[in-house]
Amino acid sequence: MTELPDFYPAMPEVVLAFSGLLLLLYGAVCRNALPRFVGYATVLVLLAVQVLEMTTAPGDAVTFSGLFISDRYAVFMKSLVLLGSALAVILSFDYHEHEKQERVEYPIFILFATLGMMMMISANSLLSLYLGLELQNLCLYVLAAIRRDTLKSTEAGLKYFILGALSSGLLLYGMSLIYGFAGSTEFPVLAEILTAADTQTPMGVVVGLVFVMAGLAFKISAVPFHMWTPDVYEGAPTPVTAFFAMAPKIAAIALFMRVLLDPLGGLVEEWRQVVVAVSLASMILGSFAALAQTNIKRLMAYSSIGHVGYALVGLATGTPAGVQGVLIYMTVYLFMVVGTFAVILCMRQHDRMVENIKDLAGLSKTHPMIALAMAVFMFSMAGIPPLAGFFGKLYVFLAAIEAGLYTLAILGILTSVVGAFYYMRIVKFMYFDESHEPLDRWIGRDIGLIMLVAGVFTMFFFVYPEPILAAASVAASSLFTG
Amino acid sequence: MVLHLPILSLVTFLPFIGALFIFMIKGDEATVARNSRQLALWASLVTFTLSVVLILSFDSDAAGFQFVETEQWISGLGIHYRMGVDGISVWFVLLSTFLTPLCVLASWESIRSHVKEYMIAFLVLETMMVGMFCALDFVVFYLFFEGVLIPMFLIIGVWGGPRRIYAAFKFFLFTLAGSVLMLIAVLTFYVVVGTTDIQTLMQARIDPSLQYWLWLAFFASFAVKVPMWPVHTWLPDAHVEAPTAGSVILAGVLLKMGAYGFLRFSLPMLPEASLFFQPLIFTLSVVAIIYTSLVALAQEDMKKLVAYSSVAHMGFVTIGIFTVSVQGVEGALFQMLSHGIISAALFLCVGVVYDRIHSRDIARYGGLVHRMPAYALVFMVFTLGALGLPGTSGFIGEFLSLLAAYQTNRLLAVLASIGVVLGAVYMLWLYRRVMLGVLEKEELKSILDLNRREVAIFTPLVVLVLWMGIYPEYFLGFMHVSANNLVENFEIAHGLQLAVAAP
Repeated sequence: MTELPDFYPAMPEVVLAFSGLLLLLYGAVCRNALPRFVGYATVLVLLAVQVLEMTTAPGDAVTFSGLFISDRYAVFMKSLVLLGSALAVILSFDYHEHEKQERVEYPIFILFATLGMMMMISANSLLSLYLGLELQNLCLYVLAAIRRDTLKSTEAGLKYFILGALSSGLLLYGMSLIYGFAGSTEFPVLAEILTAADTQTPMGVVVGLVFVMAGLAFKISAVPFHMWTPDVYEGAPTPVTAFFAMAPKIAAIALFMRVLLDPLGGLVEEWRQVVVAVSLASMILGSFAALAQTNIKRLMAYSSIGHVGYALVGLATGTPAGVQGVLIYMTVYLFMVVGTFAVILCMRQHDRMVENIKDLAGLSKTHPMIALAMAVFMFSMAGIPPLAGFFGKLYVFLAAIEAGLYTLAILGILTSVVGAFYYMRIVKFMYFDESHEPLDRWIGRDIGLIMLVAGVFTMFFFVYPEPILAAASVAASSLFTG
Repeated sequence: MVLHLPILSLVTFLPFIGALFIFMIKGDEATVARNSRQLALWASLVTFTLSVVLILSFDSDAAGFQFVETEQWISGLGIHYRMGVDGISVWFVLLSTFLTPLCVLASWESIRSHVKEYMIAFLVLETMMVGMFCALDFVVFYLFFEGVLIPMFLIIGVWGGPRRIYAAFKFFLFTLAGSVLMLIAVLTFYVVVGTTDIQTLMQARIDPSLQYWLWLAFFASFAVKVPMWPVHTWLPDAHVEAPTAGSVILAGVLLKMGAYGFLRFSLPMLPEASLFFQPLIFTLSVVAIIYTSLVALAQEDMKKLVAYSSVAHMGFVTIGIFTVSVQGVEGALFQMLSHGIISAALFLCVGVVYDRIHSRDIARYGGLVHRMPAYALVFMVFTLGALGLPGTSGFIGEFLSLLAAYQTNRLLAVLASIGVVLGAVYMLWLYRRVMLGVLEKEELKSILDLNRREVAIFTPLVVLVLWMGIYPEYFLGFMHVSANNLVENFEIAHGLQLAVAAP
């Protein structure tokens, strides 16, 4: 008779899983289940789990025979993911009501995707990593194609699925190589084997490392594995795109960092060059390719590629300061992105969604508050102080210079000037141009509230940044001691 | 009594609080516009009054920073919110707070759309400018330094002329490209020295081989701001397209940020590199003085002419700073103040006729003196000031800078003084073409002279130009100790004896 594992460190996940099942049951059994009710319940569950996560997390605990770890780093990242998911569900209400697309499945998919992400973040072994990742991916594929009656959405879903499956294949192949040459799938054991100074790192592990990184680079949409991003972002329904840009991205970055720093931390010299190259390529492509975009969702896709590039600058250092920078960057990024997508969801003309940047023309006259919020997000994404986006850049570039990565820092910061150009282009349309076809004068209350909260956060982050900076510092150091 | 108040923070953030109040104004368009104007004027006047209190309680014999405030801000990195002024920065604080109410007044009637947003942008801009001159921590400084871009970008882009979008983008991207390199330098400072406290960094000795790189990064940022030839090309565009008040702030204060940066950071923190790159600065400055003066001669647009003359005048400033002598530094400081007032006034003068005729084409004017005697007088004072006539503020700054240049390098002084001659040529020629001659053009025959609001704007400016020209010692007195201190520290850092004759 085997003993039951200790469930306490995984309490938030357990609660989330059971709530998800209950909601699913309700949706399946009740003939006239209310999608709105399920949506609100999902938000409540996500926020409750977040509270649970922040209050009950035991610090450093490993359970399920070493497959699952709950440390400060996991708590920080899971909080971001939970917040991002909850915000994405709230953002979707108005859209779905307007498009007559209210479904019970939608929030439940987000809920289970979130569960997958939390498992990923807490993975302490290559196996549990893969399980979490696939749980998340399956939900995401369906979400991308959730409007199965439209060609664009199904195309996006299919593309995402094929490329996602390919990247999972790469990842699995890399993991099998690492397992074959190092002899374990567990992170602590791997870390011990690979940091042992006297042994030469087996070639197979290095090849496996490259495959694992390629697979994970797909998930965070870093160049050169970014091809799916613009198409999926454009094709998926806008609330789904908003969700994709927030929670899964943050979770994948979290996973990427844990894998590279924890089990593969001893190979920092090997993977650093890859991260530097991927980071530079992402920053450059993200800023230059976005210049020519006219569709705002495509533009956001390239913008997110660029932001991943900046976040990877922090990771390339391989130091606690760098990880702290990434955590701050992702926190700020979450708020900027949710705000921007809230604005994009307001873009309607004659009751139909529009996505061209030009449709924003003259917004400062027709909708001054939305224009102001959007301008704040754009200036912040461009990294102009004193807005929040600047602090993200400050921390990652500081870490890069501390680690002596001058070339990366200088090239990276110069691409941010190019990036500033296309963010400013949006401001230009809103403020400098006359509108020919104003947007509808309709704005959902939930969306307005999200815009306000995100806007105030982005604008006044500089007044009292201390709590977030300190939490990120604690979280980052726990990744190195654990 | 006054000293116990955080006066610098008050001066910095009062305009911002004013902007928040304007933000909350509600009602129909006319009421909002009227109330925003009033509130902006009062907020900026109160700020100016406070800054006068600041200068009156400033101790001009003390060498260090005064009114210092320190608050914990980002404890993880040991970054503090530090404010303080010395003899170098205190006048720039005053210049910013002095020009802002004038800008609000100058926009009273000419800005008709989005008055509320316009006033908010100006007050936020004032906060950024004052904060930048007061900041004693590098990160805080950088925050304000680059924060200036947001309101200025919007001011040029929303309320500017026909090519405003091009001008706004050019301004934004040029300055941003320079500033981000400075950010890298600031971070490098932090990594090498372990702090971003400006006072500590001034004492720190940086390895010379690293100094060169840091100096170049700073140079990228400050040279664009000054602006120095050949990165000055954003300036004529920005000036021409910006609304009058935007040009005033641009010429009056924003250009000084670059020169202030050289004085505050490049010289004290990177002395070896500053000396090493001295010939580069001198060459670029002389080219700027002569080349842009010639370009100014060829201009058909009044604002463009004044804009190019700004580049030439700032050439004297950079020469003065990099002679690193007491006269040079004081001359540069004085020239900056004087230029801040004269070029601001010249842009306001152009704005006066632009409001009436809606053209800045020199050829559209002529013989204005017959219809606008008061305006002609005011314009005369500033024209003479700009060409550096003794008795006006322009003379003192140029004279001191040239004197210092002569002691450093005679050829430099000779070449730079060609610029003085050219300056007289283009300014007087402008005056002749616009003001003198026969009043022939039909549309000018009914033009009105200055109204009371405009007289109120120009009176303090005229008074200052003459005051600074006739009794410069009042202004220089505040600078002596700080300038001496700067030069002494520079020499100690070198162990060199530069020929300095203390005045």
